Amino acid sequence: MSDTKKITANHVARAVIPDPGFGREVEEKSRTRVSSCFQCLKCTGGCPVTFAMDIMPHQAIRMVQLGMKDEVLESSTIWVCASCETCTTRCPNDIDIAHLMDTLRQTAIAEKITPAQKEILAFHRVFMMTIRFLGRLYEPGMLGALKAWTRTLNRGEIKLGWKMFKKGKLKIVPRAVGESRELRAIFAKAKQKVKGEGSKVKG
Amino acid sequence: MKNSKLIKVSYYPGCSLDSSGREYGESTEAVARDLEVELGELPDWNCCGATSGHATNERLDVLLSARNLWIAEKAGRDLVVPCAACFQRLKTAEKKLLEGPEKEEIPIGYQGKIRIKHLADFLWEDVGPKKIREKVRKPLPGLKPVCYYGCLTVRPPRVTGARDPEDPKVMDNILKILGAQVMNWSYKTDCCGGSLVLARPDIVRRLVGKLLENAEEAGANCVVTACPLCQANLDGQQDEIARESGKKPKLPIFYFTELMGLAFQNPDTKGWWKRHLTDPRKFLKEKGLI
Repeated sequence: MSDTKKITANHVARAVIPDPGFGREVEEKSRTRVSSCFQCLKCTGGCPVTFAMDIMPHQAIRMVQLGMKDEVLESSTIWVCASCETCTTRCPNDIDIAHLMDTLRQTAIAEKITPAQKEILAFHRVFMMTIRFLGRLYEPGMLGALKAWTRTLNRGEIKLGWKMFKKGKLKIVPRAVGESRELRAIFAKAKQKVKGEGSKVKG
Repeated sequence: MKNSKLIKVSYYPGCSLDSSGREYGESTEAVARDLEVELGELPDWNCCGATSGHATNERLDVLLSARNLWIAEKAGRDLVVPCAACFQRLKTAEKKLLEGPEKEEIPIGYQGKIRIKHLADFLWEDVGPKKIREKVRKPLPGLKPVCYYGCLTVRPPRVTGARDPEDPKVMDNILKILGAQVMNWSYKTDCCGGSLVLARPDIVRRLVGKLLENAEEAGANCVVTACPLCQANLDGQQDEIARESGKKPKLPIFYFTELMGLAFQNPDTKGWWKRHLTDPRKFLKEKGLI
Protein backbone atom coordinates (compact mmCIF):
# COMPACT_ATOMS: atom_id res chain seq x y z
CA MET A 1 0.00 0.00 0.00
CA SER A 2 2.79 2.43 0.89
CA ASP A 3 4.03 2.09 -2.68
CA THR A 4 0.86 3.42 -4.19
CA LYS A 5 -0.41 5.78 -1.54
CA LYS A 6 1.60 8.34 0.34
CA ILE A 7 1.15 8.02 4.06
CA THR A 8 0.43 11.44 5.46
CA ALA A 9 0.32 12.70 9.02
CA ASN A 10 -3.43 12.55 8.69
CA HIS A 11 -3.33 8.85 7.92
CA VAL A 12 -1.09 8.16 10.90
CA ALA A 13 -3.42 10.07 13.22
CA ARG A 14 -6.38 8.10 11.91
CA ALA A 15 -4.55 4.81 12.26
CA VAL A 16 -3.78 5.63 15.85
CA ILE A 17 -7.34 6.64 16.66
CA PRO A 18 -9.53 4.15 14.84
CA ASP A 19 -13.29 3.89 15.14
CA PRO A 20 -13.74 0.86 17.37
CA GLY A 21 -17.45 0.45 16.59
CA PHE A 22 -16.99 0.42 12.83
CA GLY A 23 -16.22 -3.28 12.47
CA ARG A 24 -19.30 -4.27 14.45
CA GLU A 25 -21.48 -1.78 12.61
CA VAL A 26 -20.37 -3.17 9.25
CA GLU A 27 -20.91 -6.75 10.43
CA GLU A 28 -24.44 -5.91 11.50
CA LYS A 29 -25.32 -4.12 8.30
CA SER A 30 -23.74 -6.64 5.96
CA ARG A 31 -24.77 -9.71 7.96
CA THR A 32 -21.39 -11.25 7.24
CA ARG A 33 -18.69 -12.09 9.79
CA VAL A 34 -15.82 -9.86 8.82
CA SER A 35 -14.09 -10.70 12.11
CA SER A 36 -13.49 -14.29 11.03
CA CYS A 37 -10.96 -13.27 8.36
CA PHE A 38 -7.50 -14.74 9.00
CA GLN A 39 -5.82 -13.01 6.04
CA CYS A 40 -5.30 -15.98 3.73
CA LEU A 41 -5.35 -13.53 0.78
CA LYS A 42 -7.49 -15.78 -1.39
CA CYS A 43 -9.82 -12.83 -2.12
CA THR A 44 -6.99 -10.65 -3.35
CA GLY A 45 -5.40 -13.56 -5.22
CA GLY A 46 -8.56 -14.17 -7.28
CA CYS A 47 -9.75 -10.59 -7.67
CA PRO A 48 -9.67 -9.55 -11.35
CA VAL A 49 -9.55 -5.80 -10.70
CA THR A 50 -6.78 -5.41 -8.10
CA PHE A 51 -4.72 -3.55 -10.73
CA ALA A 52 -7.18 -0.67 -10.43
CA MET A 53 -7.51 -0.74 -6.61
CA ASP A 54 -5.68 1.40 -4.07
CA ILE A 55 -6.10 -1.07 -1.21
CA MET A 56 -6.33 -4.81 -1.78
CA PRO A 57 -9.53 -6.66 -0.77
CA HIS A 58 -7.83 -8.45 2.15
CA GLN A 59 -6.48 -5.10 3.33
CA ALA A 60 -9.94 -3.56 3.17
CA ILE A 61 -11.22 -6.36 5.40
CA ARG A 62 -8.37 -5.89 7.87
CA MET A 63 -9.08 -2.16 7.94
CA VAL A 64 -12.75 -2.81 8.70
CA GLN A 65 -11.70 -5.08 11.58
CA LEU A 66 -9.37 -2.39 12.90
CA GLY A 67 -11.94 0.36 12.56
CA MET A 68 -10.07 2.34 9.91
CA LYS A 69 -13.33 3.73 8.69
CA ASP A 70 -12.20 6.77 6.69
CA GLU A 71 -9.46 4.89 4.87
CA VAL A 72 -11.90 2.25 3.69
CA LEU A 73 -14.80 4.52 2.81
CA GLU A 74 -12.56 6.96 0.93
CA SER A 75 -10.87 4.20 -1.06
CA SER A 76 -11.22 3.55 -4.78
CA THR A 77 -11.45 -0.14 -4.02
CA ILE A 78 -15.07 -0.11 -2.83
CA TRP A 79 -16.16 1.47 -6.15
CA VAL A 80 -13.86 -0.39 -8.50
CA CYS A 81 -15.03 -3.81 -7.22
CA ALA A 82 -16.94 -5.31 -10.16
CA SER A 83 -19.17 -7.53 -7.95
CA CYS A 84 -17.92 -10.63 -9.78
CA GLU A 85 -18.28 -12.62 -6.53
CA THR A 86 -15.06 -14.60 -6.98
CA CYS A 87 -13.91 -13.61 -3.47
CA THR A 88 -17.25 -14.56 -1.93
CA THR A 89 -17.17 -17.93 -3.69
CA ARG A 90 -13.63 -18.77 -2.57
CA CYS A 91 -13.46 -17.36 0.98
CA PRO A 92 -12.68 -20.26 3.34
CA ASN A 93 -14.44 -18.43 6.17
CA ASP A 94 -17.62 -17.80 4.21
CA ILE A 95 -17.27 -14.04 4.38
CA ASP A 96 -19.50 -12.50 1.73
CA ILE A 97 -16.83 -10.06 0.61
CA ALA A 98 -18.68 -8.86 -2.50
CA HIS A 99 -21.65 -8.04 -0.31
CA LEU A 100 -19.36 -6.35 2.20
CA MET A 101 -18.26 -4.05 -0.63
CA ASP A 102 -21.94 -3.20 -1.22
CA THR A 103 -22.35 -2.36 2.45
CA LEU A 104 -19.25 -0.15 2.38
CA ARG A 105 -20.49 1.68 -0.73
CA GLN A 106 -23.87 2.23 0.89
CA THR A 107 -22.25 3.48 4.09
CA ALA A 108 -20.08 5.88 2.09
CA ILE A 109 -23.19 7.21 0.33
CA ALA A 110 -25.17 7.52 3.58
CA GLU A 111 -22.31 9.45 5.20
CA LYS A 112 -21.93 11.67 2.13
CA ILE A 113 -18.29 10.82 1.67
CA THR A 114 -16.86 12.09 -1.61
CA PRO A 115 -16.35 8.92 -3.66
CA ALA A 116 -12.82 8.23 -4.87
CA GLN A 117 -14.41 7.11 -8.17
CA LYS A 118 -16.97 9.81 -8.95
CA GLU A 119 -17.83 8.46 -12.39
CA ILE A 120 -18.76 5.05 -11.01
CA LEU A 121 -21.17 6.47 -8.44
CA ALA A 122 -22.57 8.81 -11.11
CA PHE A 123 -23.27 5.75 -13.26
CA HIS A 124 -25.14 4.03 -10.41
CA ARG A 125 -27.17 7.17 -9.73
CA VAL A 126 -28.17 7.68 -13.35
CA PHE A 127 -29.02 4.00 -13.72
CA MET A 128 -31.29 4.03 -10.67
CA MET A 129 -32.86 7.31 -11.72
CA THR A 130 -33.90 5.65 -14.99
CA ILE A 131 -35.43 2.76 -13.07
CA ARG A 132 -37.22 5.14 -10.75
CA PHE A 133 -38.92 6.93 -13.64
CA LEU A 134 -39.56 4.06 -16.03
CA GLY A 135 -39.20 0.85 -14.04
CA ARG A 136 -36.95 -0.46 -16.77
CA LEU A 137 -33.59 0.53 -18.12
CA TYR A 138 -33.64 2.90 -21.08
CA GLU A 139 -30.11 2.71 -22.42
CA PRO A 140 -30.03 5.78 -24.72
CA GLY A 141 -31.47 8.00 -21.98
CA MET A 142 -29.15 6.64 -19.33
CA LEU A 143 -26.05 6.92 -21.52
CA GLY A 144 -26.88 10.47 -22.54
CA ALA A 145 -27.52 11.59 -18.98
CA LEU A 146 -24.37 9.92 -17.67
CA LYS A 147 -22.09 11.35 -20.32
CA ALA A 148 -23.60 14.82 -19.93
CA TRP A 149 -23.21 14.67 -16.16
CA THR A 150 -19.67 13.34 -16.00
CA ARG A 151 -18.54 15.11 -19.21
CA THR A 152 -16.52 12.10 -20.20
CA LEU A 153 -17.81 11.55 -23.71
CA ASN A 154 -14.98 10.85 -26.14
CA ARG A 155 -14.69 10.04 -29.82
CA GLY A 156 -14.42 6.30 -29.30
CA GLU A 157 -17.66 6.26 -27.35
CA ILE A 158 -19.50 8.41 -29.90
CA LYS A 159 -18.37 5.98 -32.60
CA LEU A 160 -19.47 2.97 -30.57
CA GLY A 161 -22.84 4.58 -29.76
CA TRP A 162 -23.48 5.42 -33.40
CA LYS A 163 -22.53 1.90 -34.47
CA MET A 164 -24.90 0.43 -31.86
CA PHE A 165 -27.65 2.74 -33.05
CA LYS A 166 -27.16 1.72 -36.69
CA LYS A 167 -27.26 -1.95 -35.71
CA GLY A 168 -30.59 -1.45 -33.96
CA LYS A 169 -29.09 -1.98 -30.51
CA LEU A 170 -30.36 1.28 -29.03
CA LYS A 171 -34.08 1.50 -28.68
CA ILE A 172 -35.57 4.89 -29.39
CA VAL A 173 -38.85 4.50 -27.53
CA PRO A 174 -38.58 3.36 -23.90
CA ARG A 175 -40.83 0.64 -22.51
CA ALA A 176 -42.06 1.61 -19.09
CA VAL A 177 -43.65 -0.41 -16.31
CA GLY A 178 -47.44 0.00 -16.38
CA GLU A 179 -48.04 -0.11 -12.64
CA SER A 180 -46.18 3.10 -11.87
CA ARG A 181 -47.89 3.30 -8.48
CA GLU A 182 -46.28 0.06 -7.39
CA LEU A 183 -42.95 1.36 -8.58
CA ARG A 184 -43.32 4.56 -6.54
CA ALA A 185 -44.25 2.51 -3.49
CA ILE A 186 -41.10 0.40 -3.90
CA PHE A 187 -38.84 3.44 -4.06
CA ALA A 188 -40.64 5.07 -1.13
CA LYS A 189 -40.28 1.95 0.99
CA ALA A 190 -36.60 1.56 0.11
CA LYS A 191 -35.90 5.13 1.15
CA GLN A 192 -37.78 4.81 4.44
CA LYS A 193 -35.90 1.70 5.40
CA VAL A 194 -32.49 3.18 4.78
CA LYS A 195 -33.34 6.14 7.00
CA GLY A 196 -34.53 3.81 9.71
CA GLU A 197 -31.33 1.81 9.60
CA GLY A 198 -29.21 4.93 9.85
CA SER A 199 -30.94 6.13 13.01
CA LYS A 200 -30.63 2.69 14.59
CA VAL A 201 -26.89 2.70 14.15
CA LYS A 202 -26.51 6.16 15.63
CA GLY A 203 -28.73 5.35 18.60
CA MET B 1 -51.62 -33.95 -29.54
CA LYS B 2 -48.60 -31.80 -30.30
CA ASN B 3 -49.43 -29.49 -27.42
CA SER B 4 -48.90 -32.23 -24.88
CA LYS B 5 -45.17 -31.96 -25.53
CA LEU B 6 -45.18 -28.19 -25.00
CA ILE B 7 -43.21 -27.01 -21.96
CA LYS B 8 -44.73 -23.85 -20.52
CA VAL B 9 -42.63 -21.48 -18.46
CA SER B 10 -42.63 -17.84 -17.37
CA TYR B 11 -40.01 -15.70 -19.05
CA TYR B 12 -38.15 -12.72 -17.63
CA PRO B 13 -36.21 -11.20 -20.55
CA GLY B 14 -34.68 -8.28 -18.64
CA CYS B 15 -33.93 -4.81 -20.01
CA SER B 16 -30.90 -5.60 -22.19
CA LEU B 17 -32.71 -8.12 -24.35
CA ASP B 18 -34.86 -5.32 -25.62
CA SER B 19 -31.99 -3.14 -26.81
CA SER B 20 -28.25 -3.85 -26.66
CA GLY B 21 -28.84 -7.60 -26.36
CA ARG B 22 -31.64 -7.74 -28.93
CA GLU B 23 -30.23 -10.69 -30.85
CA TYR B 24 -30.09 -12.65 -27.59
CA GLY B 25 -33.81 -12.06 -27.06
CA GLU B 26 -34.68 -12.81 -30.68
CA SER B 27 -32.61 -16.01 -30.79
CA THR B 28 -33.95 -17.16 -27.41
CA GLU B 29 -37.53 -16.85 -28.62
CA ALA B 30 -36.75 -18.55 -31.94
CA VAL B 31 -34.96 -21.47 -30.30
CA ALA B 32 -37.74 -21.85 -27.74
CA ARG B 33 -40.26 -22.21 -30.57
CA ASP B 34 -38.06 -24.84 -32.23
CA LEU B 35 -37.83 -26.77 -28.98
CA GLU B 36 -41.54 -26.52 -28.25
CA VAL B 37 -41.13 -24.31 -25.22
CA GLU B 38 -43.75 -21.67 -24.55
CA LEU B 39 -42.13 -18.58 -23.04
CA GLY B 40 -44.83 -16.56 -21.30
CA GLU B 41 -43.32 -13.12 -20.73
CA LEU B 42 -43.87 -12.05 -17.14
CA PRO B 43 -46.63 -9.41 -17.22
CA ASP B 44 -45.44 -5.88 -16.44
CA TRP B 45 -42.04 -6.98 -15.10
CA ASN B 46 -39.61 -4.34 -13.82
CA CYS B 47 -35.83 -3.98 -13.93
CA CYS B 48 -33.92 -6.04 -11.34
CA GLY B 49 -31.73 -3.04 -10.48
CA ALA B 50 -28.61 -4.93 -11.60
CA THR B 51 -25.26 -3.83 -10.17
CA SER B 52 -26.38 -0.29 -9.39
CA GLY B 53 -29.29 -1.52 -7.28
CA HIS B 54 -27.31 -3.72 -4.94
CA ALA B 55 -24.35 -1.32 -4.88
CA THR B 56 -26.37 1.64 -3.67
CA ASN B 57 -29.44 0.42 -1.80
CA GLU B 58 -29.83 -3.10 -0.50
CA ARG B 59 -33.50 -2.77 0.40
CA LEU B 60 -34.36 -1.39 -3.01
CA ASP B 61 -32.46 -4.24 -4.65
CA VAL B 62 -34.60 -6.83 -2.85
CA LEU B 63 -37.85 -4.92 -3.36
CA LEU B 64 -37.37 -4.63 -7.13
CA SER B 65 -36.83 -8.36 -7.51
CA ALA B 66 -39.55 -9.16 -4.96
CA ARG B 67 -42.15 -7.58 -7.22
CA ASN B 68 -41.02 -9.75 -10.14
CA LEU B 69 -41.02 -12.88 -7.98
CA TRP B 70 -44.47 -12.06 -6.69
CA ILE B 71 -45.78 -11.73 -10.26
CA ALA B 72 -44.01 -14.95 -11.26
CA GLU B 73 -45.36 -16.97 -8.35
CA LYS B 74 -48.87 -15.76 -9.15
CA ALA B 75 -48.36 -16.95 -12.74
CA GLY B 76 -47.45 -20.31 -11.22
CA ARG B 77 -44.78 -21.46 -13.67
CA ASP B 78 -41.02 -21.84 -13.41
CA LEU B 79 -39.19 -18.65 -14.30
CA VAL B 80 -36.59 -18.76 -17.06
CA VAL B 81 -34.05 -15.93 -17.17
CA PRO B 82 -31.57 -15.46 -20.04
CA CYS B 83 -29.59 -12.58 -18.48
CA ALA B 84 -26.93 -13.62 -15.99
CA ALA B 85 -27.28 -10.50 -13.85
CA CYS B 86 -31.09 -10.64 -13.69
CA PHE B 87 -30.86 -14.33 -12.82
CA GLN B 88 -28.46 -13.69 -9.97
CA ARG B 89 -30.48 -10.76 -8.55
CA LEU B 90 -33.70 -12.79 -8.64
CA LYS B 91 -32.01 -15.75 -6.94
CA THR B 92 -30.47 -13.48 -4.30
CA ALA B 93 -33.83 -11.89 -3.54
CA GLU B 94 -35.49 -15.30 -3.45
CA LYS B 95 -33.04 -16.50 -0.82
CA LYS B 96 -33.56 -13.39 1.29
CA LEU B 97 -37.35 -13.53 1.01
CA LEU B 98 -37.40 -17.17 2.07
CA GLU B 99 -34.71 -17.22 4.75
CA GLY B 100 -33.66 -13.70 5.72
CA PRO B 101 -35.27 -11.02 7.89
CA GLU B 102 -36.80 -9.79 4.61
CA LYS B 103 -39.39 -12.54 5.04
CA GLU B 104 -41.06 -10.35 7.69
CA GLU B 105 -40.01 -6.98 6.34
CA ILE B 106 -41.38 -7.57 2.84
CA PRO B 107 -44.54 -9.56 3.52
CA ILE B 108 -45.55 -10.48 -0.02
CA GLY B 109 -46.10 -14.08 0.95
CA TYR B 110 -43.52 -15.42 -1.46
CA GLN B 111 -43.24 -19.15 -0.84
CA GLY B 112 -40.68 -20.25 -3.39
CA LYS B 113 -43.03 -22.64 -5.15
CA ILE B 114 -41.54 -21.86 -8.55
CA ARG B 115 -38.00 -22.54 -9.68
CA ILE B 116 -35.85 -19.74 -11.09
CA LYS B 117 -33.51 -21.00 -13.79
CA HIS B 118 -30.94 -19.51 -16.08
CA LEU B 119 -31.84 -20.18 -19.71
CA ALA B 120 -28.82 -22.41 -20.40
CA ASP B 121 -29.52 -24.59 -17.36
CA PHE B 122 -33.20 -24.77 -18.28
CA LEU B 123 -32.46 -25.87 -21.84
CA TRP B 124 -29.96 -28.49 -20.70
CA GLU B 125 -31.77 -29.85 -17.66
CA ASP B 126 -35.47 -29.37 -18.44
CA VAL B 127 -35.66 -29.53 -22.22
CA GLY B 128 -32.79 -31.98 -22.32
CA PRO B 129 -30.04 -33.16 -24.67
CA LYS B 130 -32.28 -35.62 -26.49
CA LYS B 131 -34.68 -32.94 -27.69
CA ILE B 132 -31.83 -30.61 -28.65
CA ARG B 133 -30.10 -33.35 -30.65
CA GLU B 134 -33.33 -34.13 -32.50
CA LYS B 135 -33.58 -30.55 -33.74
CA VAL B 136 -30.04 -30.26 -35.14
CA ARG B 137 -30.30 -30.10 -38.92
CA LYS B 138 -26.90 -28.64 -39.73
CA PRO B 139 -24.04 -29.45 -37.32
CA LEU B 140 -21.33 -26.85 -36.73
CA PRO B 141 -18.03 -28.74 -37.16
CA GLY B 142 -15.98 -25.72 -38.29
CA LEU B 143 -16.68 -23.87 -35.07
CA LYS B 144 -14.06 -24.00 -32.34
CA PRO B 145 -15.68 -22.00 -29.57
CA VAL B 146 -14.62 -21.43 -26.01
CA CYS B 147 -17.62 -21.12 -23.69
CA TYR B 148 -17.60 -17.97 -21.61
CA TYR B 149 -19.99 -18.20 -18.65
CA GLY B 150 -18.92 -14.98 -16.95
CA CYS B 151 -19.60 -14.35 -13.29
CA LEU B 152 -23.25 -14.28 -12.47
CA THR B 153 -24.60 -17.45 -14.04
CA VAL B 154 -22.59 -19.35 -11.43
CA ARG B 155 -21.53 -17.14 -8.53
CA PRO B 156 -21.97 -17.28 -5.65
CA PRO B 157 -22.92 -20.99 -5.80
CA ARG B 158 -24.93 -20.92 -2.59
CA VAL B 159 -27.25 -18.45 -4.34
CA THR B 160 -27.15 -19.72 -7.92
CA GLY B 161 -27.08 -23.41 -7.04
CA ALA B 162 -24.25 -23.97 -9.55
CA ARG B 163 -22.74 -27.41 -9.12
CA ASP B 164 -19.33 -26.58 -10.48
CA PRO B 165 -18.82 -22.82 -10.21
CA GLU B 166 -15.13 -22.94 -11.19
CA ASP B 167 -15.70 -25.15 -14.24
CA PRO B 168 -19.31 -25.03 -15.46
CA LYS B 169 -20.16 -27.31 -18.37
CA VAL B 170 -23.74 -26.68 -19.48
CA MET B 171 -22.89 -24.52 -22.51
CA ASP B 172 -19.98 -26.80 -23.43
CA ASN B 173 -22.41 -29.72 -23.44
CA ILE B 174 -24.97 -27.92 -25.58
CA LEU B 175 -22.35 -26.77 -28.10
CA LYS B 176 -20.94 -30.29 -28.37
CA ILE B 177 -24.40 -31.59 -29.27
CA LEU B 178 -24.55 -28.94 -31.98
CA GLY B 179 -21.42 -30.48 -33.45
CA ALA B 180 -18.99 -27.71 -32.51
CA GLN B 181 -15.45 -28.53 -31.51
CA VAL B 182 -15.52 -26.95 -28.05
CA MET B 183 -12.10 -25.86 -26.80
CA ASN B 184 -11.01 -26.01 -23.20
CA TRP B 185 -9.75 -22.90 -21.45
CA SER B 186 -9.21 -21.55 -17.97
CA TYR B 187 -11.18 -18.32 -18.33
CA LYS B 188 -14.73 -19.67 -18.36
CA THR B 189 -15.83 -17.65 -15.35
CA ASP B 190 -13.35 -14.76 -15.32
CA CYS B 191 -14.90 -11.31 -15.11
CA CYS B 192 -15.28 -8.94 -18.11
CA GLY B 193 -15.80 -5.93 -15.85
CA GLY B 194 -19.54 -5.78 -16.43
CA SER B 195 -21.17 -2.39 -16.11
CA LEU B 196 -17.86 -0.71 -15.29
CA VAL B 197 -17.67 -0.27 -19.06
CA LEU B 198 -19.56 3.00 -18.84
CA ALA B 199 -17.58 4.65 -16.05
CA ARG B 200 -14.19 2.94 -16.35
CA PRO B 201 -13.89 1.49 -19.86
CA ASP B 202 -10.13 1.22 -19.35
CA ILE B 203 -10.69 -1.51 -16.73
CA VAL B 204 -13.08 -3.40 -18.99
CA ARG B 205 -10.75 -3.23 -21.98
CA ARG B 206 -7.90 -4.68 -19.94
CA LEU B 207 -10.08 -7.58 -18.75
CA VAL B 208 -11.64 -8.20 -22.15
CA GLY B 209 -8.23 -8.03 -23.83
CA LYS B 210 -6.98 -10.76 -21.54
CA LEU B 211 -10.04 -12.92 -22.23
CA LEU B 212 -9.73 -12.59 -26.02
CA GLU B 213 -6.01 -13.27 -25.92
CA ASN B 214 -6.53 -16.44 -23.92
CA ALA B 215 -9.40 -17.57 -26.13
CA GLU B 216 -7.09 -17.39 -29.13
CA GLU B 217 -4.30 -19.09 -27.24
CA ALA B 218 -6.69 -21.94 -26.46
CA GLY B 219 -7.18 -22.37 -30.20
CA ALA B 220 -10.69 -20.95 -30.35
CA ASN B 221 -12.07 -19.18 -33.41
CA CYS B 222 -15.07 -17.71 -31.59
CA VAL B 223 -16.44 -17.12 -28.08
CA VAL B 224 -19.88 -18.19 -26.89
CA THR B 225 -21.68 -16.35 -24.07
CA ALA B 226 -24.88 -16.57 -22.03
CA CYS B 227 -24.98 -12.99 -20.73
CA PRO B 228 -25.91 -9.80 -22.59
CA LEU B 229 -23.32 -7.68 -20.80
CA CYS B 230 -20.49 -10.18 -21.38
CA GLN B 231 -21.39 -10.28 -25.06
CA ALA B 232 -21.63 -6.48 -25.31
CA ASN B 233 -18.23 -6.02 -23.68
CA LEU B 234 -16.39 -8.70 -25.63
CA ASP B 235 -18.07 -7.79 -28.91
CA GLY B 236 -18.16 -4.01 -28.58
CA GLN B 237 -14.73 -3.28 -27.16
CA GLN B 238 -12.74 -5.13 -29.83
CA ASP B 239 -12.34 -2.11 -32.13
CA GLU B 240 -10.90 0.01 -29.35
CA ILE B 241 -8.67 -2.81 -28.06
CA ALA B 242 -7.35 -3.38 -31.58
CA ARG B 243 -6.67 0.33 -31.95
CA GLU B 244 -4.80 0.50 -28.64
CA SER B 245 -2.73 -2.65 -29.16
CA GLY B 246 -2.21 -2.45 -32.91
CA LYS B 247 -3.28 -6.11 -33.18
CA LYS B 248 -6.46 -7.32 -34.80
CA PRO B 249 -8.12 -10.03 -32.75
CA LYS B 250 -11.46 -9.99 -34.53
CA LEU B 251 -13.13 -12.88 -32.75
CA PRO B 252 -16.88 -13.32 -33.31
CA ILE B 253 -18.77 -13.33 -30.01
CA PHE B 254 -21.97 -15.37 -30.15
CA TYR B 255 -24.86 -16.04 -27.84
CA PHE B 256 -25.24 -19.78 -27.39
CA THR B 257 -28.86 -19.46 -28.52
CA GLU B 258 -27.75 -17.97 -31.85
CA LEU B 259 -25.64 -21.04 -32.54
CA MET B 260 -28.53 -23.29 -31.53
CA GLY B 261 -30.69 -21.44 -34.04
CA LEU B 262 -27.99 -21.85 -36.68
CA ALA B 263 -27.70 -25.59 -36.10
CA PHE B 264 -31.50 -25.90 -36.10
CA GLN B 265 -31.52 -23.98 -39.42
CA ASN B 266 -33.95 -21.48 -37.98
CA PRO B 267 -35.03 -19.03 -40.71
CA ASP B 268 -34.57 -15.99 -38.43
CA THR B 269 -30.79 -16.29 -37.97
CA LYS B 270 -29.96 -13.74 -40.69
CA GLY B 271 -31.37 -10.92 -38.63
CA TRP B 272 -29.08 -11.70 -35.68
CA TRP B 273 -25.61 -11.60 -37.30
CA LYS B 274 -26.01 -8.08 -38.60
CA ARG B 275 -26.52 -6.75 -35.08
CA HIS B 276 -23.05 -7.83 -33.93
CA LEU B 277 -20.48 -5.06 -33.62
CA THR B 278 -17.74 -7.48 -34.62
CA ASP B 279 -19.45 -8.80 -37.72
CA PRO B 280 -19.43 -12.64 -37.77
CA ARG B 281 -20.85 -13.07 -41.28
CA LYS B 282 -17.52 -13.41 -43.12
CA PHE B 283 -16.42 -15.99 -40.55
CA LEU B 284 -19.65 -17.99 -40.83
CA LYS B 285 -19.43 -17.92 -44.63
CA GLU B 286 -15.87 -19.21 -44.53
CA LYS B 287 -17.05 -22.10 -42.40
CA GLY B 288 -19.83 -22.82 -44.87
CA LEU B 289 -22.51 -22.17 -42.27
CA ILE B 290 -24.40 -19.33 -43.95
